[in-house]
Amino acid sequence: MTSSKMQGEMKAAEYAAGSLLTVAGLPVEEVAAILAATDRMERMAAAERAKILAGRRIALLFYESSTRTRTSFELAAKSLGAMTTLVSDKSSSIEKGESLKDTGLTLRALGAECIILRHANSGAPYLLAKLTGLPVLNAGDGMHEHPSQALLDLRTMLARLPGMSSRLVNAKTLDGVTVVITGDILHSRVARSNAMLLPRLGARVLLCGPAALLPVDALGLGSGVEIERDFDKALQQAQVVMMLRIQRERLAGLELDLADYISRYQLDQERLTARAPEALVMHPGPMIRGLEILGEVADGPNSAIEDQVRHGLGVRTALLARALSVGGFESVTA
Amino acid sequence: MSDILILNGRVVDPASGIDAERDVLLRHGRVAAVEMPGELRAVRGKEIIDAKGMIVAPGLVDVHVHLREPGQTYKESIKTGTEAAAAGGFTSVVAMPNTVPVNDSVSGLEWMLDAARGACVKLFAMPAATFGSLGEEITDYHELARAGAVGFTDDGKPILHDRVMRTALVAAAGIGVPISQHAEDTRLTGGCSMNAGPVAFRLGLRGMTVEAESKIVERDIRLLRDIERHDGLRPHLHVQHVSTAKAMEAIRQAKREGLHVTCEVAPHHFTLTDEAIGDYDTNAKMNPPLRNDADRQAMIAGLLDGTVDCIATDHAPHALFEKEQEFERAPNGITGLETALGLALRVLHQGNGMSISRVIELMSAQPAGILSLAGRGTLSVDSFADVVVFDPAAEWSFDVAKTRSKSRNTPFDGAPMLGRVSYTLSEGRVVFKS
Ligand SMILES: [Zn+2]
Repeated sequence: MTSSKMQGEMKAAEYAAGSLLTVAGLPVEEVAAILAATDRMERMAAAERAKILAGRRIALLFYESSTRTRTSFELAAKSLGAMTTLVSDKSSSIEKGESLKDTGLTLRALGAECIILRHANSGAPYLLAKLTGLPVLNAGDGMHEHPSQALLDLRTMLARLPGMSSRLVNAKTLDGVTVVITGDILHSRVARSNAMLLPRLGARVLLCGPAALLPVDALGLGSGVEIERDFDKALQQAQVVMMLRIQRERLAGLELDLADYISRYQLDQERLTARAPEALVMHPGPMIRGLEILGEVADGPNSAIEDQVRHGLGVRTALLARALSVGGFESVTA
Repeated sequence: MSDILILNGRVVDPASGIDAERDVLLRHGRVAAVEMPGELRAVRGKEIIDAKGMIVAPGLVDVHVHLREPGQTYKESIKTGTEAAAAGGFTSVVAMPNTVPVNDSVSGLEWMLDAARGACVKLFAMPAATFGSLGEEITDYHELARAGAVGFTDDGKPILHDRVMRTALVAAAGIGVPISQHAEDTRLTGGCSMNAGPVAFRLGLRGMTVEAESKIVERDIRLLRDIERHDGLRPHLHVQHVSTAKAMEAIRQAKREGLHVTCEVAPHHFTLTDEAIGDYDTNAKMNPPLRNDADRQAMIAGLLDGTVDCIATDHAPHALFEKEQEFERAPNGITGLETALGLALRVLHQGNGMSISRVIELMSAQPAGILSLAGRGTLSVDSFADVVVFDPAAEWSFDVAKTRSKSRNTPFDGAPMLGRVSYTLSEGRVVFKS
């Protein structure tokens, strides 16, 4: 017997339309629609944009601090005219020991129509979406995913790579593009989301890093994902190189020598010039200059790091409009 | 208690080598006669169960259940847990000691086994192998065995220290009962919530390696060998819920070597893989975790080639609010008493060609034999009138809304089952009727 029949299947209907929990199941047409809406909203006058979610209530539920992602979502919501409330583990709003379920139900009872969740546990957004029935936007869950980051990274690539356009998004858009992702893949939700999204648009994703930070199990992320341990070899094939932060606190217990890591995997100008002088350099932040990347590269002409931040704001306005079925996303609930 | 006649059924009693049409007479809580059809018709003053088209088998024996009493009766009680057992065709269950408080004393054991707890099938218990299941100092095996202990275990946790495990094996060998080991090197599984591998990587969850299981099994086997050589004793190691090919192979080799090792496999480990976690379904979270398909196949191979001694459910009820948590925070365990026979027949018999008789043997005679439960796991004359009557051809879906357990934490809601229990009799009393 095949075990598939015995096993639970993905029940998409359990989650409200407009939720974005993962990029794994996101159809390419939806990706195209999100990027098209991003374009549309960016072109709008601010006053017009501010009517899209006027009077709507959005809760930001942040169990982990994240200045960048929180501010980005918050500004996106406000630019659409929504009312936002921030509930964070730093505030008193998350009662000691209260379950995610009860916190979610409380927010719903208070009128929240959409919850943006950042959580230290992988999968927490699925739980919240299932239990509240509200659209939930995953703003990073444990070591699992950061879907809006992958979408903003995609938009950044489309804006910066020669011959690309965010108006032409399909399964072949990134044909011939190799994206190298280097660093702590094991703990990175950004790496997972990009590795699951980009190949569906035709990209080849080359994961790079030592075994301690990049186990071969990563190949399970899907087809279009490969492993190359040698950063120089990977760079030579790269149109895009995405550097990930090395979290010193996570190195404890891993067999990793930091000096050795820096010599083998740090992106400096010399390496970039020698191996991939044209490659687009990306970093989801926060960066540790001098560790995984040198300042000269981060601030150099190849860098798209500030673009990423800007595109983040745009993509998140589209995701919020989609979550609440407005701004061209009315069909989502159909 | 009146006589009960079970007529027209196909009696499958592996311990007696019977697989044929027979009529069965139960009297005074014992099996009084098993005869060719028609020969018992003259018996008077009886209740009759017509078992036409059914299999009449010894009541099933589960050497590994969690009944949550004392201390956590919001999850399950001895009464509700044994009712679930009866509904699944089980007539003997062995309660694990990880209750609150831990069952590590004679008074605790006697309280648990007291008829006042309301068990509707025969309840046995394995008290803790060490005080508080802390893995440091072994409990009083002699006194506990006198009070009814059928083995010792710290289930939920391993006995980690070599010295303590050795002492436990030696002490248990002296009274002829097994040490039942939860084989997990917890030094390797901190923070882990599922099986290590590509699925765990994709879900961003820390994974337990197969070595965390196999290392403890291999260590325990080394201890057995050492004790046989140096102490002249023959300790019995029972490995609980084997889930990895690597541990299975170690057990296979130890058996070839002649060491006294037995083991159990849980239905979920031969039915599901870690893919069943889907999008963080905590009803698929248990320990040991669901493994990959190669490990699942290795469990089936071990069941088919005789390496596995019995099927045990590891019935582990948890309340909804406990399972409705972030995957990494939710407790381990699933219920299993009502789905074990249906899964075993579906996966092992229908899916992998194991005879029904062998399935029954793995769920009755063999588990009874491991723990020397006299008069259980067989329908031979004078044994206890523990009987399950089931329709082996019935295909049905498990509906957790109808469970007898207090908890509903199962990944098998709606799952297809083969073989449906019609009657369960415990010591001559009908304890379940569909
Ligand atoms: Zn266990």
